[in-house]
Amino acid sequence: MSVKKVYVDHSATSPVDPLVLEAMLPYFSDRFGNPSALYSQGRDAHEGVEVARAKVADALGAEADEIIFTSGGTESDNLGIIGTALAREQMKGHVITSSIEHLAVLNSCKHLEECGIDVTYLPVNEYGEVGLDVLQDAMRDDTFLVSIGYANQEIGTIQKIGEMAEIAHDNGALLHTDAVQAVGKVPINVKDLDVDLLTLSGHKIYGPKGIGALYVKKGVSIEPMQHGGGHERRLRAGTENVPGIVGLGRAMELGQEWLETDIPRIKGLRDRLISGILGSIENSYLNGHPDRRLPHNAHFRFSFIEGEAILLNLDYYGISASTGSACSSRSLKASHVLLAIGLKHEDAHGSLRFTLGRSNTEEDIDWLLVKVPEIVAKLREISPLGRGADKER
Amino acid sequence: MYSEKVMDHFMNPRNLGELENADGVGEVGNPTCGDLMKIFIKVENDKIIDIKFQTFGCGAAIATSSMVTELAKGKSLDEALEITRDDVATNLEGLPPLKMHCSNLASDALRAAIEDYRKRH
Ligand SMILES: Cc1ncc(COP(=O)(O)O)c(C=O)c1O
Repeated sequence: MSVKKVYVDHSATSPVDPLVLEAMLPYFSDRFGNPSALYSQGRDAHEGVEVARAKVADALGAEADEIIFTSGGTESDNLGIIGTALAREQMKGHVITSSIEHLAVLNSCKHLEECGIDVTYLPVNEYGEVGLDVLQDAMRDDTFLVSIGYANQEIGTIQKIGEMAEIAHDNGALLHTDAVQAVGKVPINVKDLDVDLLTLSGHKIYGPKGIGALYVKKGVSIEPMQHGGGHERRLRAGTENVPGIVGLGRAMELGQEWLETDIPRIKGLRDRLISGILGSIENSYLNGHPDRRLPHNAHFRFSFIEGEAILLNLDYYGISASTGSACSSRSLKASHVLLAIGLKHEDAHGSLRFTLGRSNTEEDIDWLLVKVPEIVAKLREISPLGRGADKER
Repeated sequence: MYSEKVMDHFMNPRNLGELENADGVGEVGNPTCGDLMKIFIKVENDKIIDIKFQTFGCGAAIATSSMVTELAKGKSLDEALEITRDDVATNLEGLPPLKMHCSNLASDALRAAIEDYRKRH
C-alpha cells in the first residue's frame, strides 16, 4: 500500500526549500573557494557569505556585523550563554533561565553551574508562560544574564521577550533569547525587542541542517568557545560553511515573504485542526496557550492512551508527528516541558504535537481529522483506563 | 525500530478485551510509568481455556501483551507459569534494548493472573 505522506513535524525539522537549494548549489562547485583567499573563487565565496549575512541581519532588523554564523541552534545557545559568562572577569554571578528551555540552553546553564555560577530555573504557569513578576523577583544584584526562549519548542507558547529584556536591562543584565522556533513564524525585530543575543537555526526554516546564527548586539562582548583562525570577528573560528551560510541567508529572506503569504494560511489550517480535534474527541485537551502560541503549533493530550502508540499508528497512515511521552524518548523520561506546566506523568504520556508547514494542505487536515479520532478510539479500546468511573475523570 | 512481528501484534492485537466472570485477573505496571497491563483468564481442568488483555502503553507494551495471550492460550497453568519475558521477546523476533525491561511486563501480568486464580480456587 502506498500511503500519502503528511509531514506535520516541522518543529523537529523542515525540508530544504528548492529555492534555498538552488541558491546553495553553486557554492559546492564553481564558488567553492575559501572565503579568506584573495583569488576569484575565494572572493566569490566571501561575497556569498557577506550577502547572506546582510540577508539574515535584514530579516531581524539587525546590522550585518551583528550576525555570527555557527553550526546551528545548539552552538548559538552555547556561545551566547557560556560566551557571555567567559567575557566576565570571574566565573561568578547569577544567570536566570526557565524550566521549559530547550536542552541546548538548559545544559549550557548546567555547565555554568559546574563552573561556579548560580542559575535560577524559573517556573512557568499552566500555559508555559514565564511571569514578568516572577522574573523581576528572581533578579539579583549579581544577575548578569537572562536566557528565555522566544517560543517553546513543544507547546509553542510565546513569551513576552521585549518586556523581559527591559527587566533584565533595568537590573544591569543582558537578555539572550533562543528564537529557533519563532523565526519565520512570527515577525521578530531585535531592535524593537532590544534583546542582546538571539539564537536561530537553519533547518527549522526550510534551510539546511548544521547551520545557524547568533545575533550579538553591537557593544555586547562575548568570548569565543572555539579557537583557531580569526573567522567571524574572532568569535567562531573555522573555515565558513559557505553553502550552509548562503542557504541560511536565502531561507531568512524567503521567510520574510512567507510570513505574509504562508503563515496566515498555515494558521488557518492549524486553527481548523485544533477545533476539529477538540470537538470530535472526548477527554482531549490543548496544551500551551490558546492564543499566545506559534501559528503552526497544535499540541494535544489525550487521556487514557500513550503517545508512542499514537505515533506508530499515525506513521502507518503516513502521518509524521511527535510526542512528549517518556516511552518514545531516548531517556525514557517524560518531557520536562510538560511536567513543568503541571501535567501528571500519565497525562504527559498521552501528548501529541503537530507542527504544520508550507507543504500542508486542507486535504492534510481532512486526513488528520479522520485518522486521529480513529486511532485514539482504537487505543482507548485497548486501554484498561478510562472505563466506568474512571471515564468521568 | 520494531520488528514486523511486533508491529503486527501492535496493529492487530490478539485476544483483546475483558473476560466477564474471569477466573483470575492479573494487573501489573502503573499509568505513571506509562505501562499498565491487565490479563484475564478462564480456567478449566487446570488449563487456560480463554485469555484476554487490556493494556495502556507503548507499542511494545501492547505487542507483548498480545503475544503472551497467544503463548498461554490452551496451556496448563504450570506450563503457562514458565513463560518468561525472554520467551515473549523471542517470539516477537526481538524488542529494542530500551524496551526489554520497561515494556515487557506481559509475562508478569500472566503470572499475576494465575496466582490470583490459585488464591481464589
Ligand atoms: C528551541 C530550540 N533551540 C535549539 C535547537 C537546536 O538547534 P540545532 O538542531 O540547529 O542545533 C532546537 C532544535 O531542536 C530548538 O527547537
